[in-house]
Amino acid sequence: MAIFIDKNTRILVQGITGREGQFHTGQCREYGSTVVAGVTPGKGGQDADGVPVFNSVTKAVSTTGANCSLIFVPPPFAADAIMEAADAGVPLIITITEGIPAMDMLKIKNFLALTDSRLIGPNCPGIISPGQCKAGIMPGSIHLPGPIGVVSRSGTLTYEVVHQLTRQGIGQSTCLGIGGDPVIGTSFIDCLTAFENDPETRGVVMVGEIGGTAEEEAADFVANPMNKPVVGFIAGLTAPPGRRMGHAGAIVSGGSSVSGGAAAKIAAMQKCGIHVCEDLGNLGRFCKMIFNQAISEPR
Amino acid sequence: MNIHEYQAKELFRHYKVPVPAGSVAFTVEEAVVAARELGVYPVVIKAQVHAGGRGKAGGVRLVNSESEVLQAAEEILGRTIVTKQTGPVGKKVGKVLIEQGQNIARELYLSILPDRASAQIMIIASLAGGMDIEDVAASMPEKIIKAMVNPLIGLQPFHQRQLLFGLDLDKTIARDFSSLLTRLYQLFTEKDCTMLEINPLVITGENQLVALDAKIDIDSSALYRHQDIVDWRDEAEEDPLEVEAARAGLNYINLDGNIGNMVNGAGLAMATMDLIKKAGAEPANFLDVGGGANAEMVAEGFRIILSDPKVKGILINIFGGILRCDVLAEGVVQAARKSGVTVPVVIRMEGTNVEKGRRMLADSGLNLITAVDLADAAVKIAEIAKS
Repeated sequence: MAIFIDKNTRILVQGITGREGQFHTGQCREYGSTVVAGVTPGKGGQDADGVPVFNSVTKAVSTTGANCSLIFVPPPFAADAIMEAADAGVPLIITITEGIPAMDMLKIKNFLALTDSRLIGPNCPGIISPGQCKAGIMPGSIHLPGPIGVVSRSGTLTYEVVHQLTRQGIGQSTCLGIGGDPVIGTSFIDCLTAFENDPETRGVVMVGEIGGTAEEEAADFVANPMNKPVVGFIAGLTAPPGRRMGHAGAIVSGGSSVSGGAAAKIAAMQKCGIHVCEDLGNLGRFCKMIFNQAISEPR
Repeated sequence: MNIHEYQAKELFRHYKVPVPAGSVAFTVEEAVVAARELGVYPVVIKAQVHAGGRGKAGGVRLVNSESEVLQAAEEILGRTIVTKQTGPVGKKVGKVLIEQGQNIARELYLSILPDRASAQIMIIASLAGGMDIEDVAASMPEKIIKAMVNPLIGLQPFHQRQLLFGLDLDKTIARDFSSLLTRLYQLFTEKDCTMLEINPLVITGENQLVALDAKIDIDSSALYRHQDIVDWRDEAEEDPLEVEAARAGLNYINLDGNIGNMVNGAGLAMATMDLIKKAGAEPANFLDVGGGANAEMVAEGFRIILSDPKVKGILINIFGGILRCDVLAEGVVQAARKSGVTVPVVIRMEGTNVEKGRRMLADSGLNLITAVDLADAAVKIAEIAKS
């Protein structure tokens, strides 16, 4: 088991003929993922390295039975691509694209609420259930199948965390980046809920960063309570207020009362029983200590 | 992207949101002419910098004669304004807004911004205009009225009534207030604002609504559809190294510390800055070279860090996914050969083609310190910080 994607996932790639789309489709297939279709309007009927290309998502889905869309479409056209996928009834839409205007995302988020589709991202590395399916841009080789879920707002920081887990011999059920934008489709709480309900997952690592209050809300959920142990890490303790730290959503608001800061998030997480690691260099060893019991317990 | 108050007011005029008569001046002479054109005193002179708190810092003056205009413009233009938002270095004033003074009866507060969690557009209003809204929220939360607008349906009359009745505004101004909200909401959505704030929004003695101040931030991701606003970019307001980095496609922020760092990915970059701090030093910058960086971009990033005189040591931390370690190594070697490395450099890399990258660094003959993992990198940075 895993969350959101597994060996039955049939991927359709929107923007498959673009440079990024083409490269990462190849990487996903090399990992063992099933890519059944591509969509590039105007290029229907062609094939991209053996994957059939369609003009529309609806046609791709009805022909191939795709149940997950991976989107590499450039920012000006990404909102349209997401809505097209949702309109075609694709249950899982993973958007890698960085730089979608916030106004577009506000509309999309409200539109998706009227559909049954789940959006992961945008501005995210995607999702991988090690040994089963990779639908994203993360390096597959650093992952190891196992019992720990990883959820993060970041890309390379997630790879760092996963790498350290793997080096400690701690495998992962599913790892996903939910995106660095202010408005995203799937929240920490959605992922924690899914991990809590996934019988294979024994514990979760949650990687947050400055900006917004998603970590505080997730901490409340963990205290609610979640039965599985959660390790937390927050990036951005040294980020100055009022500056956007690379990710559109990573900003500590200035003014007289600072909000979205790392220290407040760490305090909220600790208060709610999340095991916060403050030393990234030793996160793998920290997880080994925390998860030891949960991993070794017989089911 | 930040824009100046005078630019925000230009947008207001375009959307028929009432603002005081006035114009921007870049020199003392222009300021005098601008005041003369207004023809009536009092006149307000406002420093135009990308920071709030200008009034408290002496950047706003009310004057009653041409000689006072001259004196105030001389004092404000060219001086450095230090506010909470500028940091200790402050910002040099290169232009002033010359405006007609208003007969103020009441001061309100109004802002529009997206609410991340609910994905609604939030309109905030308060009767406590002129005050810092965060202070009002803390001390008198009952004075803050909110309306949440679903962007799919847009601003509706009921939202306007929520604000109107919430503020308990006089009937005689209701219609003006409603149409003001309509125009501001339209501006906010059409121009891809991430923040629009009027503090204060005044009701004049003549019972007119006037936006006395205007602060607007535009979504950087949406600039491709707003060339008019791109043209307003004021590079004089930005750090010169940041402007250089942006031209090279790099995400760089200049900070106060002395350990430079170059990382791929924003989250890992922030975590690396934190690691430097934990090792007993302070980060000199944030630099995300991005996932798809090439050797030239890495070299440019390295050069920018090296050109910062504060920097006493550098940590390069790359987790190679799309950006391969050999590409990184090539860029570092390229830059180091060209500009020369004058400070100790610790390199930690992991991921795609790491062996090849490490070999290239070792064969380069350059004096680079290799760290086996992040914990090791932290120890090596701590040593540099101590020396």
